[in-house]
Formats: sequence, structure tokens, C-alpha cells
Amino acid sequence: MARKPAPANKKRKSVSYRRCGYFFIAPFFILYLVFQLYPLLNTFYWSFFSYIKRNLQVTIEFCGFQNYLNVLGITPGETAYFFTYLKNTVIMWLCGFIPQILLSLLLAAWLTNNRIKLRGRSVIKVMTYMPNIIAASSISVLFGALFSQYGPITVTLKKLGVLASNFDFMQNISGTRGLISFILFWMWYGNTTLLLISGMIGINPHLYEAAEIDGASGRQSFFRITLPLLRPVLLYVLVTSAIGGFQMYDIPALFNSTKSGYQGKPADSTTTVTMYIMRLYSSDVGKAAATCILLFIVTLCVSLIFFFSMGNKEKRHERKARKLDAKAARKSN
Amino acid sequence: MRKDSSQIDGHYRRKLLLERGAKELVCLLLCLLSLFPFLLMFINCTRPSSAIKAGLSLIPGDYLLKNWASFVEQCSGLQIGVFQAMLNSFCIAVPSTALSVYIASMTAYGIHAYRFRLRNAVWAFIMAIMLVPTTISAIGFYQFMLQINLVDTFWPLILSAAATPSVVFFMRQYMEATLSIEMSEAARMDGCGEFRTFNSIVLPLMKPALATQAIFQFVASWNNLFMPTMILTSDTKKTLPLFVQMLTTDQFKTDYGVVYIGLAVTVLPLFIVYFLLSKYIVSGVTLGGVKE
Repeated sequence: MARKPAPANKKRKSVSYRRCGYFFIAPFFILYLVFQLYPLLNTFYWSFFSYIKRNLQVTIEFCGFQNYLNVLGITPGETAYFFTYLKNTVIMWLCGFIPQILLSLLLAAWLTNNRIKLRGRSVIKVMTYMPNIIAASSISVLFGALFSQYGPITVTLKKLGVLASNFDFMQNISGTRGLISFILFWMWYGNTTLLLISGMIGINPHLYEAAEIDGASGRQSFFRITLPLLRPVLLYVLVTSAIGGFQMYDIPALFNSTKSGYQGKPADSTTTVTMYIMRLYSSDVGKAAATCILLFIVTLCVSLIFFFSMGNKEKRHERKARKLDAKAARKSN
Repeated sequence: MRKDSSQIDGHYRRKLLLERGAKELVCLLLCLLSLFPFLLMFINCTRPSSAIKAGLSLIPGDYLLKNWASFVEQCSGLQIGVFQAMLNSFCIAVPSTALSVYIASMTAYGIHAYRFRLRNAVWAFIMAIMLVPTTISAIGFYQFMLQINLVDTFWPLILSAAATPSVVFFMRQYMEATLSIEMSEAARMDGCGEFRTFNSIVLPLMKPALATQAIFQFVASWNNLFMPTMILTSDTKKTLPLFVQMLTTDQFKTDYGVVYIGLAVTVLPLFIVYFLLSKYIVSGVTLGGVKE
């Protein structure tokens, strides 16, 4: 009698242990559904309503795709703000990202090189990563103060004759955009270097040995071994940086902008999409929501394009690397 | 023969040393580039406005106390002082960090230790939502908060950060590397409840991961500007980045020394924390990072 229920009991128990998993993941999913997924759907819902504030009277009406047409400038008489601001965002992101990835690749290659071991590697890592931890808002205001018309750096550069005496970064479109890109570059290259280093450390050292025996130069083994095998890390860096870049807000919003309207001076050339959302969020909810959804679509498309364009090659290179790996193994035997 | 080879060796070694020297010089310059803006900021704190306008200087002045006095005076015209702003940021960052790290490790443990039916689907879902930035849902979030009357409180900022998928991702990576399921099975044998196993056995083992993720979550919340701009409307509730935003208004723009001292006060806490914890932070950046 006592024996019989035991197996049944045991079985039930093991099933209930499995189910405990749901209990552990429940809080995360409840919070996520309520505070992130529902707001996302809510944004989608709001993007189909016109929201007009007149004399403290708010009228909300269903308007179909009107908000999208307005934001995209398809409706006659509306400016295509979305494209203008998306263009600003992409330009500033690219001008920061391209030098960032190049310098990070170089630095990571230097710091992982076993032939020439640099001294103070950990200090270099700590120092170059440091700007990333400081608030972007403080950094943006600091650079704004240093490079303003009477800022110490501008004045000194003028004294040295590097800049024309009437030059003002804040009045010059490429001056302001260039500085914002520089801040992005300066804040993020340390982070990218750390990620690339961890990727490079993961590469099988036999590959380099085999390449050296075959007479490959340092440059050749970098381009033929390091870069192809670094593809997953590069993809990760590219996608996260692009997603972050499209949401760019702190730096342009505080660097050189009108305080009330969230417009990036000069001539609206440094306004980003998120600044536009911030300008509209209390006055024209529908339009702001439509901008959010459009930004979501753009971000999603760009990430997917990166994934697919780099994913296929990855497999090809993996096969190549496996062949090289086998070769290396044969050599070491 | 012997002499020849040693000559070549010496030549080669000199070349390597030269190359190393050149690379180290570049790295040194990059380190200085990271420090330079902050150095200028701290030096300009101690100089009068007129001297700052005259150009760069690496020699500190003796105007620090005067700049501080006028900074305090100008702050009294605002609704909020810098230390109140810091306190507000702290009151948001601490609970949101604690919540997000605790909930994320709970979720990661659930996925790591239990083979329930939806396990793989749940993991795929978490990986997918890592790519959805929170700014996208900002409008819906703000309208939702208006509906339930939480605008202008700290709650939305704490709760929206409580479910962070990237922390779950990191925690699971760490658990796969360090936590054996046999441990929880042994605890179960000894009659320890599932939840208690998690709290008193798993969490202490996760301390290093909890610490690094807590630092990053804290910094992210402390530095956040976008969400607080939307949610916090009254001046007394402003966080530190919103205070920094006020430094760019005309009231402060006239006196340069005051702007720098305001910035220095906002930057200093993170500066100190970073240099105390830099070892953990730098190694934490890549700990949960990408694997092939």
C-alpha cells in the first residue's frame, strides 16, 4: 500500500518542478507586458488618431494613415520632417561610427598582439572606456561650453591661426555635426575596442601560427584571418551601434539646440528623430506616435539587412576557417 | 656566421622596440584625449569667466570658491539644487537597479534550471526584444502613465527599467558557465524550497555577475535623459541630467566659470565611482558579450 503511490507521487513532483520555471519567469514577463509591450501597442494605436488641441479643448478622432502621410510629407503642404531628421541622424551616426570602428580595430589588434606586447594595456583600456560611463548630457554640455563662440578651445584655435577669426562652430552646419559625431566617436570607441578584443582573444592561435609558417605577413593574417573570424562580433557592434544611433537624443538635444522647441541649430541641421518625437509628444500625440512606429520600422529593417547580408558570408567563412583549422592541426602534428 | 645572426637579431629587436614605442605613443595620446576635456573642465572651475574667455590654460586659478559661491547663488533662483537633483537620480537609480537585476537573475535561473515546455520559445523571445529600443514605445508609455496618474512620479522610471532583457541575457550566459544544476538538485534533496534555493544558494554564487550588471544598470538609469524629460514635469523632481540641461539656459550661460563648476559637480560622483571600480567595469563590458 505504501509502495504504490510512490512512483505516481514522484512523477507528479518532477512535473511540478518543471513548472516552477514559469513561476520564476513570471515577474519579468508581467512587467514586460505591462510596461513595455502594452505601451508599444498603445503607440501603434495612437498613431491612427488625430489629436488636436485648441483653446484647451482636445479633440481626438480616428484618421487612418493621415499621421503617417503627414510625417512622411506625402500630404501636400506638409514638410517631410521624418526624412529630414532621419537624414541628420544617419549622417551624424555614420561620421562617428566609421572612424570609431576603424580605430577600434587597430587598437584591438595592437592590444592583442603577442609579438609586440604594449606596456600599460589595462590602463589604455580603462582610460579609453572612461567617457562611456560619464553621462552623455554632461559631456554634451561640456563640449558645448568648450567649443562655443567664446569657448576656450575655439579662442585658442583662433589665436593659433588654425581657425578663421570669424569662425563659429555653433553657426556652421558641418562644425556642429562634426563635433556631435566626434563626441559619439570619443564616447564609444573604447567600448567597441573592448568588444573586439574579446572577439580576437577567442580566435584559435593555431591559425596565426599556421599562417606564419606559410609566410603570411602581419597585415595578411589580419585581413585573412582576424577580420573574417571577427564577423559575428562586428555584426553585433554594427547592429547595437545602429540601433543606438537611430535613438540618438542626449547629445544633440543638449549640444546646440533651441531649448523650447528641441530643434538642433544651425538651421535645423542637427535635429534627430527622437528630438522630433520629444517636440510633439504633448502637443500632437498622433503624429509623435506615427514617428515612433516609423522609426521602429526603419530600425528593424536596418538590423535585418545587416543580419542577412553578413549572416550568409559568415557561414561561408566558417567553412573556410574549419579547413584552415584542420590544416593547422595537421601542421602541429 | 655567429656575429652575422646576432647583428640581424639586434636589428630586428631594435625595429620591434621602435614599433612598440610608436604604438605606445599613440595609445598615450588617446589616453590624454580621453582625459583632456575633463581636465579642462576641472581647471576652468578655478578660473574667472574673463580668463576662460581668453583661451586655454593648464594652470589652475584661485577662483574656485568664488565660482562655487555664484553657482550656489544662481541655483537658489531655481526650484532645485544640484544635490536635490542627485538625490532624485539616486532614488530612481537604486530601486530600478535592484529590481531589474533581481528579476533578471530570477528569469535567467528559471530558464537555466527548469526544462519547461516553452523554454526555448521564451529564450528566443528575450533575444528578440533585446533589439527593440525603449524610445520606440515612449508615446504609448506616456499616454498609459497619464491614464493611471503616474506622470510626474518616479514610478514609471523605476518600473519601465525593471524588465531589462539584456540583463537576463547576461545572467544566463554567466549561469551556463558557472552554475551547475546539481547544486540546486542537492538543495532540493535537503528539503529546500525552490524559491529559497534561488535566494540563499544561487544568488550568492552570482555575486560577481550581479555586481557588474548592477553597475551598468545604475549608470544607465543615472545618465538617462529621454524618459525623465517626458515623465517628470515639476522642477523639484528633476534628475541630474535634467539639471545639467538647465545649465545651458541663458541664466547660466553668462558666467562661464559657473557652468564648469556645475558640470564638475555632476561628473565627479561617476568619475570617482569609475576609477574605484574600473577593473570590474572594464572586464564586465565583455563578460556577457557575444559568443559565436
